[in-house]
Amino acid sequence: MMRRFSGSSRMRGWALGVAVVLWGFSAAPASAQKDSCVACHSNLPGEYGRPAKLFSSDIHHQAGLSCADCHGGDRTDDSMNAMSPAKGFRGVPAKAQVPQFCGRCHSDPSYMRKFNPSLRTDQVSEYFTSVHGKRLKQGDTKVAVCVDCHSVHDIRAPSDPRASVYPTNVAETCAHCHADANYMKGYKIPTNQYALYEKSVHAAAIAGGDTSAPTCSTCHGNHGATPPGVSSVANVCGTCHAMNEQLFEKSPHGAAFARMGLPGCVQCHSNHEILKPTDALVGTGPKAICVTCHVKGDNGYNTAQKISEGLDNLKAGYQKADQALDTAEKSGMEVSPAKVELTSAHSDLIKARVAVHSFNAADVLKITNQGVEISHKAYEAGIAALHERDYRRKGLAVALIAIVIAMSGLYFKIRRSERG
Amino acid sequence: MEVDLNPQKSTAGDGDGKPDLGRRWVNLILGSGVVATLAAFVYPAIRYVIPPPVSEATNLTVVAARVGELKNNSAKVFRFGSEPAILVRMADGAYRAFTAVCTHLGCTVQYRADLHEIWCPCHNGIYDMQGRNVSGPPPRPLAEYKVHIQGEDIVVVRNA
Amino acid sequence: MAGIKRRIFGWLDERIGGGSLEEFLRHKKVPLHRHTIWYYFGGMALFLFVIQVLTGILLLMYYRPTASGAFESVQFIMTQVKFGWLIRSIHSWSANLMILIVFIHMFSVYFMKAYRKPRELTWVTGMLLFFIVLAFGFSGYLLPWNTLAFFATKVGTDMAGFVPFFGKWILVFLRGGKEVTGATLTRFFGFHVAVLPGLATLLLALHLLLVQRLGMSVPPGVEKKIKEGKEPERSMPFFPNFLLRDVMGWYGALGALGALAAIFPWELGVKANPFGSAPAGIHPEWYFLFMYQTLKYLPPKILFINSELLGLLGFGVAGAIWVLVPFLDYKHGFGRVTRFFTGLGIFALGFIIVMSGLALF
Repeated sequence: MMRRFSGSSRMRGWALGVAVVLWGFSAAPASAQKDSCVACHSNLPGEYGRPAKLFSSDIHHQAGLSCADCHGGDRTDDSMNAMSPAKGFRGVPAKAQVPQFCGRCHSDPSYMRKFNPSLRTDQVSEYFTSVHGKRLKQGDTKVAVCVDCHSVHDIRAPSDPRASVYPTNVAETCAHCHADANYMKGYKIPTNQYALYEKSVHAAAIAGGDTSAPTCSTCHGNHGATPPGVSSVANVCGTCHAMNEQLFEKSPHGAAFARMGLPGCVQCHSNHEILKPTDALVGTGPKAICVTCHVKGDNGYNTAQKISEGLDNLKAGYQKADQALDTAEKSGMEVSPAKVELTSAHSDLIKARVAVHSFNAADVLKITNQGVEISHKAYEAGIAALHERDYRRKGLAVALIAIVIAMSGLYFKIRRSERG
Repeated sequence: MEVDLNPQKSTAGDGDGKPDLGRRWVNLILGSGVVATLAAFVYPAIRYVIPPPVSEATNLTVVAARVGELKNNSAKVFRFGSEPAILVRMADGAYRAFTAVCTHLGCTVQYRADLHEIWCPCHNGIYDMQGRNVSGPPPRPLAEYKVHIQGEDIVVVRNA
Repeated sequence: MAGIKRRIFGWLDERIGGGSLEEFLRHKKVPLHRHTIWYYFGGMALFLFVIQVLTGILLLMYYRPTASGAFESVQFIMTQVKFGWLIRSIHSWSANLMILIVFIHMFSVYFMKAYRKPRELTWVTGMLLFFIVLAFGFSGYLLPWNTLAFFATKVGTDMAGFVPFFGKWILVFLRGGKEVTGATLTRFFGFHVAVLPGLATLLLALHLLLVQRLGMSVPPGVEKKIKEGKEPERSMPFFPNFLLRDVMGWYGALGALGALAAIFPWELGVKANPFGSAPAGIHPEWYFLFMYQTLKYLPPKILFINSELLGLLGFGVAGAIWVLVPFLDYKHGFGRVTRFFTGLGIFALGFIIVMSGLALF
């Protein structure tokens, strides 16, 4: 017995198909090409629908690609057939397969050229030189793969501030695993790097908007992430802190540290918790690092003392001049030219602190002496301004006396002429 | 109450209890007071109009160096107003001038004769001879100044 | 000495007819009563104006009215030019002192009702001079081109934009463009050293001429007492008695200005950056504070009029009434109209003082 509806079941099938197609158009992405994957999946609940919903913000979507370009299948097919192996459907890759999954395109220069010719295509091969890649090959599926850092389905360009790999977000992305003590159990590496890094000047610089400041990937690499070896530390720091590295390598410490297998800059400045160095770190005082190795009487101890003295002299001279100029300015004198000159003494202080890395007292003292001279001149200018201020007040007193005399003269004149 | 400007009365006190100074004294005090105050006003005014040794507020042009002071492929950092600037004599003898304030964190840049480029020693930033930031942290190029040769002087000029 | 004076005077008199001047000076009298002290404030305002002109001319020798040169030239005057600090600080302090003195002069004339017939025009020219003095203050304030000046000018000229219909043109005319720029600076300089001095000189000449021709007015209360015989009619000759006392006051003012310049030099500030943000707590100079504070208290919108327009209208109407007071307070007796205007004056003075105080603390 045939049921009588508004049409036969085939009609209903057609109607449903048309409805889906029309619905598909309304849900269609910006690209003119049809994308049945997104069209269907964005209407599904929970985990089935989430990727499609996220996909509109994905860089691949904006390049005109669809789910099928990664997962295979047919984006023009509205039926469940779209996801058959016959249509090339690859499904969800296993964790260990992810690098090759992404690499299918990203390691193919002729393909990538169609979208962004200047993008590198060696990320996967670089990845397999990293600690993550090596362990993945050995069967460890807890390590990071492409989607752990770059996210998936809502991948943004690294230059997008919302991207998980944008410089200000990198540390947090790495910390997802590396700061999780439970997750990292069994790996025998510390999990406090993120906490230490967040205290550092570099983290502060990035938070302050300077995206050229280093984050985890700057020193460890991104795709080829591996901690730099002990002998490479100075080179890595030296990509930005070139002066310090050059001086260090030429200094007695350069060869000595290499011989002893000490990690260069990290020995004194730490690796993650790199704080703003103070002058107290140099010398023979309680906070000084030099005396952790050097003892009283040896060459290093004496050098440390001389260097520390030089720095302290310059700092004291600079502060004395700064105070004098400040006092003069507060009492109304114009001392901005002298203040400008004093800034070069401050530059000398900075240069001297860099010169510390030569661990040569004479070199450091040459700079500090120059700065002391400039500070002295500025101090004299401040004192001269204070003298000028006193001269003005004396001149004022003289003028006021003259005025008082004139006024009393007037007063008596008035009284005289109005008598009687 | 009308007033007589030239009273012929005696200058001795007329018993009203107030001190009387006598005409000559009053005129002396008044006269010297007026002269002293005039001097106190006129003296500063005259010194004011005499031009000071540096005759104008130099902010737009500065004599950076003399001809022949710089060898080829060398540079000089000089003060321009309240900031440092750098005058470079390139390998071919031509002069270029830029602000010496690094656009990263404000350190004073130098010229590297080995690289033929401008270098910032603080974080290894590099600018080319057009001032463009080509390597390292600096986010912006260095502002360029015009260089003119006036006789023996090398004059550097900047815009407002 | 007296002989030489007489000879010079005589020589001039034969040529200019200065005899009438001497005659006139000898005959000009200043009424003596308990409010005589207020008579000194007009002369003080004139003296301070002369100080402004003299120090202003000296400053002109080194000042540069461009965005790139103004701040540096003022710095140059303060640091390199001999006694430049003195001339500049006197100019700034005297400007403020002059504005205070003209406020006092204006209010004292108001309360002594010196604007009554036949002195209506003296009052009107005086009020115009008052506005010109405020314009001098506003235009001069920008000239050092520091941050405070720049933003105070920006806020102040923004107000001009709220005038209905013509607001936009007025704003562009004042600023020399849509925004406050170097063009504004040069334009304000033109106003400050040419336009306003010219206008002020004309009005001042008129004002002084009227004062000399019409003589000094006596407050109504004193007039009544004299008529009733309760008080003798006393006066002192302007020359030399009143003038000598005037000069004493002027010397005192000079001493005060010198002390202020030496002990509290006027600050240089930081060079204006048009693209920077306004410093916190930016406000106009003290003589505009009462208007600024009033605007703060007005609600953003009343009916369809927004607060700036309302404020402008309010102060505009108040100013117009104030200028026209001689024609409004026409009864000149002791009746209700006169007492109303006295009350109005007390309200105005109190309002200004209270609003200024609130703005400062």
